[in-house]
Amino acid sequence: MKVRAQVGMVMNLDKCIGCHTCSVTCKQVWTNRKGTEYVWFNNVETKPGLGYPRRWEDNQHWQGGWKLDRRGRLRLRAGGQLRKLLTIFWNPDLPVIDDYYEPWTYDYHTLIDAPLSDRDPVARPQSQLTGKRMDVRWGPNWDDMLAGAPETAPHDPDLAGLQEQVRLTYERTFMFYLPRICEHCLNPSCVASCPSGAMYKREEDGIVLVDQDKCRGWRFCVSGCPYKKVYFNHHTGKAEKCTLCYPRIELGLPTVCSETCVGRIRYLGLVLYDADRVQEAASEPDEKRLLEAQLRVFLDPADPRVQEQARRDGIPDDWIDYAQRSPVYALAHRWRVALPLHPEYRTLPMVWYVPPLSPVVNALEQDGYEADPDQLFPAIDSMRIPTAYLANILAAGDSETIRQALGRLAGMRSYMRKLEVLGVRDQQAAAATALEPTEIEAMYRLLAVAKYEDRYVVPQAHSEQAQRLSELPGSCGLDFEGGPGSCGALPRPTQAVNESFMLGRRVGAGHRLVPLPMLKPGPGPGH
Amino acid sequence: MTLQEALLFVALPYASITLFIAGHVWRYRHDKFGWTSRSSQLLERRWLAWGSNLFHYGALAAIGGHVVGLLIPEQLTRAVGISEGAYHLFAAAAGTVAGLACVAGFLILIGRRAYFPRVRHTTSWTDVVVYAVLAAIIALGLIETIGFNTLGAGYNYRPTVGVWFRGLLWLHPEPQLIASAPLVYQLHATLPWILYAVWPFSRLVHAWSLPWQYLGRPYILYRRRYGLARR
Ligand code: HEM
Ligand code: SF4
Ligand code: SF4
Repeated sequence: MKVRAQVGMVMNLDKCIGCHTCSVTCKQVWTNRKGTEYVWFNNVETKPGLGYPRRWEDNQHWQGGWKLDRRGRLRLRAGGQLRKLLTIFWNPDLPVIDDYYEPWTYDYHTLIDAPLSDRDPVARPQSQLTGKRMDVRWGPNWDDMLAGAPETAPHDPDLAGLQEQVRLTYERTFMFYLPRICEHCLNPSCVASCPSGAMYKREEDGIVLVDQDKCRGWRFCVSGCPYKKVYFNHHTGKAEKCTLCYPRIELGLPTVCSETCVGRIRYLGLVLYDADRVQEAASEPDEKRLLEAQLRVFLDPADPRVQEQARRDGIPDDWIDYAQRSPVYALAHRWRVALPLHPEYRTLPMVWYVPPLSPVVNALEQDGYEADPDQLFPAIDSMRIPTAYLANILAAGDSETIRQALGRLAGMRSYMRKLEVLGVRDQQAAAATALEPTEIEAMYRLLAVAKYEDRYVVPQAHSEQAQRLSELPGSCGLDFEGGPGSCGALPRPTQAVNESFMLGRRVGAGHRLVPLPMLKPGPGPGH
Repeated sequence: MTLQEALLFVALPYASITLFIAGHVWRYRHDKFGWTSRSSQLLERRWLAWGSNLFHYGALAAIGGHVVGLLIPEQLTRAVGISEGAYHLFAAAAGTVAGLACVAGFLILIGRRAYFPRVRHTTSWTDVVVYAVLAAIIALGLIETIGFNTLGAGYNYRPTVGVWFRGLLWLHPEPQLIASAPLVYQLHATLPWILYAVWPFSRLVHAWSLPWQYLGRPYILYRRRYGLARR
């Protein structure tokens, strides 16, 4: 057993209102630069829909992620190391920018400079690739809220095989939002695809990053990621990706997308896992059992044996404490209501989703709040979002996994309704969830009340480690020319004591070494 | 040795080699961030498929041929039993194939850069210089391989150009040798020094980064924060 810690995320799809605040704030912070105009580290897709880039989920086509070969060994779907080197001059699996969209701006100047005339001046779109005027024909979120769905939605890869069940007629239509960031996978195929060794997973917190000084622009990570969450900066010629806002995470702050989430759907917390068993779990022969396999890699932070090994593996005591309070571990492992996105890609993703339930509630409430627990599953089976569709997204096609999670959520609702309205702890409703009443109430508090400090349980990185910064050569990853800026001074709102902040020192390789500010450990802003 | 010979066939090569080495050291130390293939496949992929593959495989084969032709003395190939005729035949045939692939690929790449506004937009001035010099070198090389050696009577460049080139490396330059070669050969041997001089300051640095270490590397890399790569 080798214990490592991972900062994971859960998103509660029931509560996403599709406002795109997360995408916009993320873009303002990270990809508001030349060469990244088309890049959205965080994007929100409407399902059913094509997604961004279009049809990214069709990995028969894009060849992202892992597969098992005939002898059951884990292999990169796009081929091994020799094949990569032979196709290095032209990557057969790389999307072109039109698969994302051609980024544009408007010639706003005409609004100001236009001469006096009878007609109002109009700012016309112009391409950010060429500066020329262009017709906008696709965008990062073109099929938002089912816009144009009769034409686009049937091509949603997740609808494959469901055409009979899902008729996209107006009366029976359904939709939900799917916000996406990099999954910071336990078995990241982007890292495995990078021939230069520029990509890596951090041992301490599992964040997957691109070393900008080592990237040589071979662009195999872009095609290797089955979630298409590595992007090619066409200005710098280097790959960039979601950093899980590590400069914030290191200070114990939630990511920008989480902090600004209007629906308060996001949860951040630690998961302890056994690094020795990652390979084995990713090689699980039965796709439908990959969820179970990944859950077995997670370690119970309350288990004294795990704690002891964690200490031996250098995980600080307060992190073990944080891991025990992790909302991610609770939703994914304890209550099993959160599920991984496309587990069949075998990267063991670490951003999990609570499947959307809303439409089923109508079905449950037809005869008032007294929903009969026995009716739970028939109701779920008749809900508008077909479980088979959700299963294609969150359970490698296994509808039973979805039914279990939804059943538990629906059971929680009817239990809580009786508690709130009638003031009774209905044992029968509790039994339907197979959870103790105290657990149901805890789950309710986390999902429905969703207090800031319960959603974001992120420990600070240790200042002893930060101190080593000034001794070790390394790259900051953001502080490059044209990059979003230094990862140094991020002020912590309360009680942060900046003990030794030095100005960036040039370390020769064309970038500055900016040590993290040293902080006295103190409670976060929400505490 | 005339002044012109001294400048073109001795001074230029040494100046270029100096710049080449110093330039790479400087670039690696100060601009790792700029060290990249600057791929434009994201912007255009169909023409690149042919252009990049033909050009690179052709150019790498041609470079391989040059290494054999210039660095290995005639006496050595003869000593292992390869006659000048056999060597010449092989060099002409392989050189023609590689040269044609390289030229075809190069034309596609240039056409692509000119034709697609997106790609044109990413083209820098160093790119233009590199393309111009490369175009001249490749064209001259093709005239030699096809014009002189495949269609014409053939010119044995190894006792003149080859010896001059090695002489430069042993610090014993003999410019009169290259000066006796046909003009096309003189030009083809002179222009690369300009390419080498701009090489470290252009996108061509990517050629040194062929990531062969990838073969046999463990797939997943972990690093400690701000530390060095570890398994
Ligand atoms: C073995 C080492 C080499 C590797 C791995 C390599 C790889 C690459 C890659 C990946 C690209 C980007 C293609 C794209 O996606 O746009 C590229 C472009 C290019 N390479 Fe190489 N290359 C190598 C050697 C060379 C050499 C020796 C030369 C020239 C003498 C060269 C000249 C070029 C040029 C001119 C381009 C730009 C093509 C264009 O976009 O118009 N490369 N190379
Ligand atoms: S989701 Fe993130 S960590 Fe996983 S393969 Fe893609 S880029 Fe890598
Ligand atoms: S900010 Fe939150 S609610 Fe709004 S789209 Fe993003 S994830 Fe959904």
